[in-house]
Amino acid sequence: MRTLHIDTDILIVGGGAAGCFAAVEIYKKSPACRVVVMEKAHIERSGCLAMGLNAINAYLHSGQSPDSYISFIERQFEGIIRKDLVYSIVQGLNDVVKDVEEMGLPIEKNEDGTYKMRGKRSIRIFGERLKPILAEAVQKTPARVLNRVVATNFIYDGTRVCGAFGYGIRNGMFYVVRAKTVIVATGGASGIYKPHNTGEARHLIWYCPWNAGAGYAMGIRIGAEMTSFENRFIALRVKDVNAPTGTIAVGARSKQINARGEDYLERYYHHLGGNKCLTQHRLLATLEEKKAGRGPCYLDTTTVNEAVERKLKEDFLNMNPPIILLWASRDMNPRCKPVEIQGTEPFIVGGHCQAGYWIDKERRTTIPGLYAAGEVAGGAPKKYVSGSWVEGRIAAATAVKEIKDAPWNDIDNEIILGEKGRVLAPLTKKTGISPLDVRERLQKIMDEYAGGISMNYTLHEERLLEARRLLTCLKGRLKDIAAADNYHLVEALECVDRIDVARVLVEHLIYRKETRWACYQTRLDYPEKDDSRWLTFVNSIYDPNTDEIKMVERPLNS
Amino acid sequence: MSIFIDENICNGCKGLPEARCERICPGNLCYRRENTKAIIRDQSACWTCACCVKECPVQAIELRLPFQVCSDGSSLKARLKQDKTIWTVWDAEGHQEEFIIQARSWKGD
Repeated sequence: MRTLHIDTDILIVGGGAAGCFAAVEIYKKSPACRVVVMEKAHIERSGCLAMGLNAINAYLHSGQSPDSYISFIERQFEGIIRKDLVYSIVQGLNDVVKDVEEMGLPIEKNEDGTYKMRGKRSIRIFGERLKPILAEAVQKTPARVLNRVVATNFIYDGTRVCGAFGYGIRNGMFYVVRAKTVIVATGGASGIYKPHNTGEARHLIWYCPWNAGAGYAMGIRIGAEMTSFENRFIALRVKDVNAPTGTIAVGARSKQINARGEDYLERYYHHLGGNKCLTQHRLLATLEEKKAGRGPCYLDTTTVNEAVERKLKEDFLNMNPPIILLWASRDMNPRCKPVEIQGTEPFIVGGHCQAGYWIDKERRTTIPGLYAAGEVAGGAPKKYVSGSWVEGRIAAATAVKEIKDAPWNDIDNEIILGEKGRVLAPLTKKTGISPLDVRERLQKIMDEYAGGISMNYTLHEERLLEARRLLTCLKGRLKDIAAADNYHLVEALECVDRIDVARVLVEHLIYRKETRWACYQTRLDYPEKDDSRWLTFVNSIYDPNTDEIKMVERPLNS
Repeated sequence: MSIFIDENICNGCKGLPEARCERICPGNLCYRRENTKAIIRDQSACWTCACCVKECPVQAIELRLPFQVCSDGSSLKARLKQDKTIWTVWDAEGHQEEFIIQARSWKGD
């Protein structure tokens, strides 16, 4: 197999919202700067924006202040957020949205040209083609996009990240991309936990199934400090098709009702705030209704008229086409039948929750030469797509600025050969464990011992310790994984990444001995929130030499 | 089944280095067999994102739900125009509904 060497000034790993935006920004700031974007799929339709998007949920409408915005997020996350990071995001939101509008994104407006308010922090967009629009903006720059190249590890000399290795899944080439600075902007991690559906429907999950946590895992493996993995995300979504409930709740003013037709948030969960409760409590209440025998739960769409139904369908075609199929099946029209909702399996993300690299305000990670933006950057929840663009902008500015101080290190051939051997090993085995077997084993362990769907998301020490033990065993079996072709090799690499992420996740879950976030982190053995002890960040650093994960705490005002 | 590729309609994007669905699928699932027709290698790995449905210029691909979650035969196709997307939905009884949705701002070039 051939090895391809590429030298560049800045390497961006992951061509999603943050990565594409960063590439465009670098060109604006420093047109002569050489940029390479390494992308697992094709930047025109990759990652969580592949289906499209119908709303931008992080926007500062007139009359709102950054302070009120930050207070909202702080309350949603029970006091644990990096205010400095959130503040830097809020300041940039409106500018980046304007930029993407100019790239060609249609946004719903008032007659005076301002964006129409969809919700307090939200605007309605027609984003079926949001990803192609972003990709087109990148393609107008001289950036070199490596589509269908899977990033496998950072090139790291023990002091500084100086590029990344990748595997070309179409051409079978091994990529050695040397760079002065590297921005990691990959997606979060799906596929860690067992999903609701199996067999032919196993990928009907909320989050992109090919976001396997590579960006996290690559950082973990070089000892980058990670934060808040225990702040898992579980989405309340339309059953089976995982369409966002917000589109219906906002678009049709639908209430959440239980099987008896009761407005259950108001009737049984008034103490949590009723219909004004936190995002996590909507999920908790829905789960409690199921346990109390008052499920399934629904969004009551039966009151909407035909015009609203059509508008809902248009919004969903822009973001989640499969719900249109559900509504077109027998007796499932939303005006006749309320829409059933349920919680998904847990995901590890930094865009809805805050799992990710521990970074400073300029988006530097704890490893010199490496910057993080978007889903893999921790500490700034509810940043969503627009916040990811802002982080792409900030990381780009820092990466450009720090190129001049970056050394041009030669890469030891031993390191290259070692990584090439590791990546290709599954292809050399005629028999062995299949990636599918490994993934199912991982998902079963996490489901049963680390608070998956079958455990109603609950956690406690004894089970978590068993998860720790079983994950160590599973990691030991990775050397026997076999792949018949490039497609299965990618699945094998995903297994490696997911297990590294899962092991860190379990340590975070063991460490936080309180219940901070309902469902996301519910400890049966420590059921109360304890502000006197746990108003702190839980961080981790993996040691590749000892295979141990060291836990550290960082104060809120870091 | 999540997508259905009608091999009577698919022309394999003859002349292109890759079929369009092969080029775009975020999961690397579509590919062209022996330089003729596109197929999906693993239905169970499909996310039902509809990227291939939109990308196909001859509307050979339709989106369906896996039987496990829906036993009726509704289906969905799309056509991309410069600034809008045209969707056609067939419900379980075969009734058809069309949607024309703006997809990008018209720059008038």
